[in-house]
Amino acid sequence: MHIVDGALAPEVLIGGGVLAVAGLGLGLRKLPIDKIPATGVLSATFFVASLIHVPVGPSSVHLIMSGLAGLVLGWTAFPALFVGLLLQAIFFGFGGLTVLGVNTVNIALPAVLAGLLFRGMVSRSSPVTAAVLGGVAGAFSIALTTLFVAISLALSGDAFIPAAKLVFFAHIPIMVVEGLVSAAAVYLIAKVKPALLQPADAAADFQLQAAVLRAKQAGEAPNG
Amino acid sequence: MSHLFGHDQPLKVQTGGGDAPSLVGTFDPRVRVIAACVFAIVVVVLQQIEFALGAVALAAVTMSLTDLPLRVTLKRMAAMDGFIIVMLVMLPFTTPGTTMFSVLGAEASKEGLMHAVLIGIRANAVVLMMLSLLSGMTPVALGHTLYRLKCPPALVHLMMFTVRYISVLHDEYHRLRMAMKLRGFKARNNAHTYRSGGDLFGMLVVRSLERAERVLDAMKCRGFSGHFPMIDDMAFRRRDGVFAVFFLALIAALVVLDRIYVFAY
Repeated sequence: MHIVDGALAPEVLIGGGVLAVAGLGLGLRKLPIDKIPATGVLSATFFVASLIHVPVGPSSVHLIMSGLAGLVLGWTAFPALFVGLLLQAIFFGFGGLTVLGVNTVNIALPAVLAGLLFRGMVSRSSPVTAAVLGGVAGAFSIALTTLFVAISLALSGDAFIPAAKLVFFAHIPIMVVEGLVSAAAVYLIAKVKPALLQPADAAADFQLQAAVLRAKQAGEAPNG
Repeated sequence: MSHLFGHDQPLKVQTGGGDAPSLVGTFDPRVRVIAACVFAIVVVVLQQIEFALGAVALAAVTMSLTDLPLRVTLKRMAAMDGFIIVMLVMLPFTTPGTTMFSVLGAEASKEGLMHAVLIGIRANAVVLMMLSLLSGMTPVALGHTLYRLKCPPALVHLMMFTVRYISVLHDEYHRLRMAMKLRGFKARNNAHTYRSGGDLFGMLVVRSLERAERVLDAMKCRGFSGHFPMIDDMAFRRRDGVFAVFFLALIAALVVLDRIYVFAY
């Protein structure tokens, strides 16, 4: 869902740029230096996700997983997804330079909102409930992204409005697929590494517990 | 494929041998980054198809001075998101104006068609210039350049980490994918496929986070104190200045002529 350079009105580009800078500023404020490796590695993971294609009907789409990015990263999803978009634009020619702000807002803001809305609930739920909520968060984030794309187009000219509507409805299957894949991913994470879905302070507690557990296990026989 | 994401090599297809940089590659990366940005901003405000075509020509000349593989670059330039193509096709039918032709009762206007063509040309000009000026750089060099251009260090460090681990995680993805294939997995339109996709991605996230913990521990072991040294040998020389002035003059000419044309007619 990269809008290309040259399609949007200058006002929309500037508005998107300002919002993107504000979001980046907020995201970077919540990014202490010792969180940078984890955020960078996750940002790379979401970049790789965009290379994974899943079939939808006769065609296939690539995963975006922005809802999951919001759940795992919170506000720092903003810079993390921005970096991915920047690399895609510069090295693969997806999207463009002047629309980078708009594209970042369109993809990262829904991710952050999905994180803010669902993170608390997901962290308190059992894996099954967490999976359902994760699926809703994934579909919600894509729906919002599509809506934002449609709005950016509609604001740039009345002639785009039919196309904007079409964009929204054409993306409904993609929302469903993203929701299903996100649900499965959240289920797996909730089972395997629930600390990932916890807010930062709870995650620290959890890591402490895990360290204690590992220290205990170290005394026992290796399980291969 | 995974070589496309190597952190210490340009993200273009490796041509093998011949390490001497192309003409464009010898200019100061800072100048190239700024030139690409200015070019993009100017091109998206061009109103006349003639001058937008001039911008494409300028980008094509720049491309011919790089050693990017022609076919791959042109393919990347022309690749657009499906919905953008749909939007461009719909534009003639949704813009009011003089009717040119009609398809199944829907009338296409000349203004709409011109608008769609203009958008297509502008988009391709920016992408081609961006690929020509920037994609020959290694991602690490891009990080250093952005750092020297006063981007927030946290953002630059984040980008460097991302770049470093894309190749690693892409390999990891292929390993997991291979394991699925060996067990007879085939992607189809069913819940099993989506579930497996989710498991695959979830596993990737879990493993990458565990990797990040090890990375941070290793960094701390080596005395990481919250600052990365950024060592580069960027130098702004006279020829970089000449290139900058020449390039700016060309795009200034484009935009001024475009404005004059708009006001004159």
